[in-house]
Amino acid sequence: MKLSHLLLTAAAAALAVQGCKMKSTESAVGGDAASRTYVAPGKYDELYNFVSGGFSGQVAVYGIPSGRLLKVLPVFSVNPENGYGYSEETKPMLNTSQGFIPWDDQHHLALSQTNGEHDGRWLFANANNSPRVARIDLKAFKTMEIIELPNSGGNHSSPFLTENTEYVIAGTRFSVPIGNQESALDNASYKKNFKSTASFINIDKNSGHMNVAFQIILPGMDLDLSRAGKGPSHGWFFFSTYNTEQASTLKEVNASQKDKDFIVAVNWKKAEEYVKAGKAKKMATEYYHNTFNEETHSATSEIIKEVLTLDPTELKDFVYLIPCPKSPHGCDVDPSGEYIVGSGKLAALIPVFAYQKFVKAIEDKAFEGEYNGLPVIKYEAALHGEVQKPGLGPLHTEFDGKGNAYTSFFVSSEIVKWSIKDLKVLDRVPTYYSIGHLMVPGGDTKKPYGKYVVAYNKITKDRFLPTGPELAQSAQLYSIEGDKMQLLLDFPTIGEPHYAQAIPAEKIKDQSVKFFDIAKNKHPYVAAGEKATKVERKGNEVHVYMTAIRSHLTPDNIEGIQVGDDVYFHITNLEQDWDIPHGFAIKHAPTAELLVMPGETATLKFTPKQTGIYPFYCTDFCSALHQEMQGYMRVSAKGSNVPLKWGIGDTAPGAGADTTAK
Amino acid sequence: MKQLRYLFVFSLAIAIAAAGCGGGGQEKSGEKAPESEAPAAGNSAAASTDPKGIGKFKDVQLTHPLDEAMVKKGQEVAEVKCTSCHKLTEEKLVGPGWKGVTDRRTPEWIMNFVTNVDEMLDKDPEAQAMLEVCMVRMPNQNLSDDDARAVLEYMRKIDGKN
Repeated sequence: MKLSHLLLTAAAAALAVQGCKMKSTESAVGGDAASRTYVAPGKYDELYNFVSGGFSGQVAVYGIPSGRLLKVLPVFSVNPENGYGYSEETKPMLNTSQGFIPWDDQHHLALSQTNGEHDGRWLFANANNSPRVARIDLKAFKTMEIIELPNSGGNHSSPFLTENTEYVIAGTRFSVPIGNQESALDNASYKKNFKSTASFINIDKNSGHMNVAFQIILPGMDLDLSRAGKGPSHGWFFFSTYNTEQASTLKEVNASQKDKDFIVAVNWKKAEEYVKAGKAKKMATEYYHNTFNEETHSATSEIIKEVLTLDPTELKDFVYLIPCPKSPHGCDVDPSGEYIVGSGKLAALIPVFAYQKFVKAIEDKAFEGEYNGLPVIKYEAALHGEVQKPGLGPLHTEFDGKGNAYTSFFVSSEIVKWSIKDLKVLDRVPTYYSIGHLMVPGGDTKKPYGKYVVAYNKITKDRFLPTGPELAQSAQLYSIEGDKMQLLLDFPTIGEPHYAQAIPAEKIKDQSVKFFDIAKNKHPYVAAGEKATKVERKGNEVHVYMTAIRSHLTPDNIEGIQVGDDVYFHITNLEQDWDIPHGFAIKHAPTAELLVMPGETATLKFTPKQTGIYPFYCTDFCSALHQEMQGYMRVSAKGSNVPLKWGIGDTAPGAGADTTAK
Repeated sequence: MKQLRYLFVFSLAIAIAAAGCGGGGQEKSGEKAPESEAPAAGNSAAASTDPKGIGKFKDVQLTHPLDEAMVKKGQEVAEVKCTSCHKLTEEKLVGPGWKGVTDRRTPEWIMNFVTNVDEMLDKDPEAQAMLEVCMVRMPNQNLSDDDARAVLEYMRKIDGKN
């Protein structure tokens, strides 16, 4: 009897769950989370999900809905897996005004847009610690450009971009004295000397090349996040701020004093006019701009020595402050461009501002006063309304394009769905645990793709197999197709999955580069064919022009290298087919290996410290004879008379000779 | 009995739902499967009799005398993309030596092999026999049709054709 009861209950429960969704086959399957995230062998995911690696400094690419990790894209940290930041060609990418910096904290990502929609051309990424912005090309999935930001400390509110990728903006998190000046650390000095800056990086329409067009110098406060206006509000940027108290110490308490901080609204079209009219000031500075050249397969660094600055306390009518409760974090513009959602992370409500009311407030001069010389609009004059008691610790909001907003709540660990129009809470789901950002595919565009919301979580206790004190951070995929959100999948991530962007696979997959045309390889040390391989000595430097093809490296025997020589192995991969990289590693090289793409040339510098034989080999499995893809370098004492010789097979230094006694 | 019937009805509903959805997906995957991953036995048998190999080249017109401009271009292409693995003599390196190849194979077979490597290695019995000897799949070096034709001319030169 007991068993029958149990079975009946189980069956009834299962039917009840299915019941309301059994109207069609599709909705019945929709009730099955596993089948909705299962991507069968040989099938592709629906979306690319680009997820920041946080303190790993990289970007991870996941497939949605499977949550499968497709690639780790090296951006701001050296990557031993493929030699990024170790090879001579990629080292310049990590140059800064303070030298080579091999690590950063990668926080936000922005996909390039045309007419307010993702266009699949580029992905922009920020470095939070040593302020930089990178552009990643989505044909080759390669970091093509990194620009440093002067006058910035903690590049947090970046990269966010305008609806036609006119500008990528980068706002400073830590206020710092402009021009890297030294200052005493006390509240009086902070108020006097410390400033925050919003940098506007212009993006070339065709090449994507970045240049810092101008910087707006703002009062000392912490710019947190940002969003560009769109549609009617195109031409504006909105930044959230905290520490408008201008405290210099114990910010946990001292930067939480006021009931309201600000959303900083910047009319960038007007700022652009001021720059064109010559009203910006040239300021001497020094910052690096590193660019990777697709033809030479090499990066170069350029030092830029001045920047244009705009002072909104002098040019009064392009920066306005909107009061926002309390310590706002996210500052998100809905797809219509009419509403700006502030997320007071210490407030018990979500304020929503209306763009039209904000513009009217400026026209009506509905100001409540000034803050450090900047006009402050009356809170109520710009307010559309407040979402009451939504949860604890609202951080970020994304949109589904159907009039709904989804806000992450860090403290209460949940996603809350609410209606923009009437500000009513519609649904809530738990996250596991401490969600930071969330992402709806296209949720920051004019036309969200919708369908899913992904939570990026900080804590994963009890979600995965334990791995010591540190557990993987995670993402969680929810369906938002129905009225109720539904959890579909947990998947672990690298580093801290800070923010993310997602784009339908169709917009990227068919443009993927399969190999680099060897005929177009203009690397100064290319060996286009084995005939072009050689070894050249220039004083202390030895340049090895080496080729790789299934299944040998040419030359595979090198003699005449001396202790202390700087040996540059320039490896050209002669393959012209998809997914046939070759690796190169040499015994005791103190850096990393190389991973050389088909048709590419890459260089590993190695300075042997001792005499002996140094084997080298291909690290990336390439064929049945991969294991045989190996060779030797002989290193003799400094000043030795062993002549420089190299070759393979018949041309190897000792070809035909057998010097062993018989 | 009663509970069993419930279970049965419920399982049936699930099975129908799953079958309905899964079926559509499966058909698609069949259509989309790359040819090289599903070599049909019938095709191989048909191909085994074709000395022209598998590919778009059905009728390659040879030039007499040799087109020296093409020979030169062929040599340039070969030195970047081919001679890492092929000697110009009869000696096998990674791949077979080139000497005599234009006597062993039809011009069409050579052109098809060079431009359609993966399908040839998967289906053409002659190509498969060579793979058993060399043990390394020839890389698809993405030669254009013109490049392939020029390389053929260079091979003819090596073989002393005119």
